[in-house]
Amino acid sequence: MIELRKVAYSYGGGELFAGVSLALQPGSFHFLTGPSGAGKTTLMRLLTAELLPTQGEVSLFGQATDAMSRDDVAGARRRIGFVHQDCQFLDHLTLAENVMLPLAVAGRQPEAQGNIAELLAWVGLLKQADRRPPSLSGGERQRAALARAVIGSPEVVLADEPTGNIDWEMSQRLLTLLAELNRMGRTVLVATHDLNLIRAARALVPARSLRLAQGRLVAAGADL
Amino acid sequence: MSILSAPRSVPPEMPPDRVVPPSGFTAQLTVLAAAAMAFLAVFALALGSAAGRLAERWDAELARTATLRISAPPGQVEAQTEAALALLRTTPGVASARAMDAAEAQALLRPWFGPDLPVNLLPIPRLIEIATADTGFDAAGLRARLQAEVPGAVLDDHTRWRAPLIAAAGRLRFFGGLAVVLIALSMAAMVTLAAQVALAANERVIRVLRQVGASDRYIARAFVRRFTLRGLAGAVAGTAAGCLAVLFLPGDEAAGGFLAGLGFQGAGWALPLVVPPFAALVAWAATRIAAQRSLRAMT
Repeated sequence: MIELRKVAYSYGGGELFAGVSLALQPGSFHFLTGPSGAGKTTLMRLLTAELLPTQGEVSLFGQATDAMSRDDVAGARRRIGFVHQDCQFLDHLTLAENVMLPLAVAGRQPEAQGNIAELLAWVGLLKQADRRPPSLSGGERQRAALARAVIGSPEVVLADEPTGNIDWEMSQRLLTLLAELNRMGRTVLVATHDLNLIRAARALVPARSLRLAQGRLVAAGADL
Repeated sequence: MSILSAPRSVPPEMPPDRVVPPSGFTAQLTVLAAAAMAFLAVFALALGSAAGRLAERWDAELARTATLRISAPPGQVEAQTEAALALLRTTPGVASARAMDAAEAQALLRPWFGPDLPVNLLPIPRLIEIATADTGFDAAGLRARLQAEVPGAVLDDHTRWRAPLIAAAGRLRFFGGLAVVLIALSMAAMVTLAAQVALAANERVIRVLRQVGASDRYIARAFVRRFTLRGLAGAVAGTAAGCLAVLFLPGDEAAGGFLAGLGFQGAGWALPLVVPPFAALVAWAATRIAAQRSLRAMT
């Protein structure tokens, strides 16, 4: 589904990481952890073809990202829901319109209505549906980003520090949703430095943990 | 039931161009440029239309008349005039012929010599005004007969006046068309510039759209739709203002019939109606090219 083969990424003359190999099998659940600056966000951006590896190969749904056309990349991204660390909304649209965006760009807008109210209610933002993102709190924005990531029923959900701006209760709700997605057969990868979140997930989902540190990706386990 | 498999119904549609922020100076620039260009295009079309009418009018009016000038010694003027009139009456294609009297000759010369000109004392040629029939007459044949029977007569069938006037009117019409083309190109350049600025200013919007799976075609369509609508709105306003301005220009009567009235007549008023859709087409093409180029350049 998504695979990295001996991937390296360098910028500014320095190597961020190298020899990274990872296969996200359908239905798997992974946590990616590691210290700040280790390259977690860069790795996530490689997984959406936003960046290309300087060495090795990233394969999305059977296609190498460096051989994908722009249309191929767009098509692959519609199969991936991404929760960004900084949310990335269009500030001139309402919250509901932002959440609907993945369906709108895919020409699937007619699917949105019933889903959007329920989705916003679930993340506790139904009353904020007509508000603009700049007027939302950090936690509200993060929850809206999550709603946007899942509205298109993607095959893969990638979340980059999704709990960075939300309280523990909402983190638990987020985790529950991600676990539910995973039970429905979705592949989930969550990059987080929140070890409590990873520990809490053990009760909900059989997740594999990976640690990116000192330029290498290794399996993490009991030490977490 | 999970929210991810909930039944779904039809939502209020979000127009594709709504993903592009509505404000910004490029919006005003596009509307203003389209309005100004449409206003100028209406005038260019009016000029072309008037030039066409002018050419037709000059051609028709000059073709319908001719002048015979009798330059003879004072004692022979009347006799040659009568001979010429008799000859003209039997010439096929001549509807009527009339010798102008001294008062008419004086009126013709008044602009150059003033009202006190003693016409009777000057050796001014006698003029015969000829009105031609629709079929026209054989000028070469008439000249040959005049040479034989009225040696002091010189026929002017206005050909040497008509040709350069018609050529001038044709050139006016050509420049009217050229002005429309130049206006369209200028508008395309301005819309391209505005679209490029808008695309650059909305790089973050484009990045977000790409991240949620928007193809470059979708993004380009959003910008193209926005700029096309702006171009159309501006052009409608500019065309309306141009038509009003043309409407209040001096007409045929005020211009003494010479300028044929700079404007449209009858069905000619339909001509400005093509300006807004044409402007929208120009905006569409210019934005499409600009968007495709800019999006290709954005990584």
